[in-house]
Amino acid sequence: MSPAPSTSAAPRATRAPGATVIEIDGVTKLYKMGAETVHALRGVSLNVRRNEYLAIMGPSGSGKSTLMNMLGCLDTPTSGRYFFGGKNVSTMTDDELADIRNREIGFVFQTFNLLPRSTALANVELPLVYAGLGSTARREKAGLTLANVGLGDRMGHKPNELSGGQRQRVAIARALVNNPSILLADEPTGNLDSRTGEEIMQLLEELYAQGNTIIVVTHEEDIARHARRIVRLRDGLIESDVSQA
Amino acid sequence: MRPAEIIRMALGSLGANKLRSALTMLGITIGVFSVIGVMTAVSALRGSIEQGISFLGSNIFQFAKWPINGGSPQGRRKYELRRDITLEQGLRFMRLMEGSADIICLKTFEQRRGGQAFYNGRKTPPGLTFGGTNEHFLSANQFSIDLGRNLTPDDVDLARPVILIGADVRKRLFPSEDPISKVIKFNDHTYTVVGVFAEKGNQFGRSGDSIAMVPITRFLNDYGVEGHTVNIATQAPNQTVYNALMDRAITAMRIARGLAPEQENDFEIYSNDSIISIFASVADVVAAGSFVISGIALLAAGVGIMNIMLVSVTERTKEIGIRKSLGARRKSILTQFLLEAVAISLAGGLLGILLGVVGGNAIAMLLKAGAIFPWQWAFIGLVVCSGIGVGFGFYPAWKAARLDPIEALRFE
Repeated sequence: MSPAPSTSAAPRATRAPGATVIEIDGVTKLYKMGAETVHALRGVSLNVRRNEYLAIMGPSGSGKSTLMNMLGCLDTPTSGRYFFGGKNVSTMTDDELADIRNREIGFVFQTFNLLPRSTALANVELPLVYAGLGSTARREKAGLTLANVGLGDRMGHKPNELSGGQRQRVAIARALVNNPSILLADEPTGNLDSRTGEEIMQLLEELYAQGNTIIVVTHEEDIARHARRIVRLRDGLIESDVSQA
Repeated sequence: MRPAEIIRMALGSLGANKLRSALTMLGITIGVFSVIGVMTAVSALRGSIEQGISFLGSNIFQFAKWPINGGSPQGRRKYELRRDITLEQGLRFMRLMEGSADIICLKTFEQRRGGQAFYNGRKTPPGLTFGGTNEHFLSANQFSIDLGRNLTPDDVDLARPVILIGADVRKRLFPSEDPISKVIKFNDHTYTVVGVFAEKGNQFGRSGDSIAMVPITRFLNDYGVEGHTVNIATQAPNQTVYNALMDRAITAMRIARGLAPEQENDFEIYSNDSIISIFASVADVVAAGSFVISGIALLAAGVGIMNIMLVSVTERTKEIGIRKSLGARRKSILTQFLLEAVAISLAGGLLGILLGVVGGNAIAMLLKAGAIFPWQWAFIGLVVCSGIGVGFGFYPAWKAARLDPIEALRFE
């Protein structure tokens, strides 16, 4: 990978959005925290279509983490409806949610969340293990995906033998390896220095160009600027939803 | 998700905590070791007894006042009240059996103090097996003569002060001398050594060579008839007449004892089979006892496994969250942790079986029994260990499986 050029100068291609992947309608989420009830989401409606590059922004406490957990099928809404690829997620069982996470969603976390004792290759293989793929096919697919994020020569390294940027690339490879419908990145550059962060954003840009649907959750304007559409949350409600060139 | 993958994952995480896994394993190992060890020793002993180590010679049955294990404490009174079997009754029995059984061994033993031999300033330890008998002692008790001669009918008729000594007694008293024709002091009397028994070795932890026998007539003269009941061993010429001969002998014994038809036998009848069955019942008690103790040990070890698995689940909350975010179902997580518990338990069990078989056979070897591998117990041991792994691993695994993925991912 070449170092990323300054994004403001780069001409950006915006791909035409395809079929609707995510359809959220009037979703609320209540938490009980001790005696208090917290309204994390107060009625959010949002559609995401294939080939979109979306940023979800908001200050802490705005409900963006809750929305991200909801989008990632880690959580179900208190009320309202959530359709993923036409299927109603709100009523799914834990195991059905696990299958959706496995096949349809690729997570990229701020803290990478790699298994520390496993090699880069084994980490990337993990979603394929849960998908029930055989070991030969798995190794081949995971190897190709790692090579695609520029880590073809680091497959046997464990996370503590890799730099922060490399770790996040492993995490991205892991998120992509099962060809998910969306890539869900939560503050993907939050633990990286700005130059490495920029490289990761460049990688996401390339992945978007290759046809992936990307949702980035962030509180940084610089990061959000990479996306083609920015959704801003405040106090559990969508404040604005703007597409940009 | 494939079973092989889950097994690999489970073993992988055990490998990451080697010391902890090993210590947890140890509890199981100890429990399994004790049960397998005892079972191996008992089975080996039982096996060699059944394969023909005989307490008595072949085709022999014996009449005695006391049952072989002395009777139960409650039942003891019944045997105490019995008349001793006297030499006269024994001789009468022999006359009645003349023609149908030629080999009838009469024997009586010094039960309370045993014997101690002295010669030329040397002495044996006290507690030798010591008694009086006739010329048929050898075949009835599977002894043979190494040196000198056996007792003769004349020795018995004339109550000669002669003695047969075992190999241990010879080693003690005559380390470099020929013992034949030497006069030794034995307990309170003196006897001339006429023969030495061939070495018999240990049997069930008791030396068969710490023994000395004199003519039964001499014995009763020297030590009195009081408390010296006579045991009568009869050898059938072959297996086919054995049962018929025993029937006849019981009748002869009843006559010799002067029993009226309505009286029941006031003597015990035992054979190799009955001795074996008594040994077997003792072995069963030992086995049952060790079974219970091992069961308790295994229970404690199971609690140890549960404890360590709970710690492991807490420590690896983040890992569980990551796995769930990548699409692990509850069942996958459950199986992974369950298999870890089973793997610890099984590894401990295998080691325990190995040590138990080695230890049990070592004990069996000391008791002169052949080595065996108790397949049945080993198999049961493995099944029980798997059961413990599943039983005590289930709660921690279930706890892991139902962790909320969001909470788990947030865990640091």
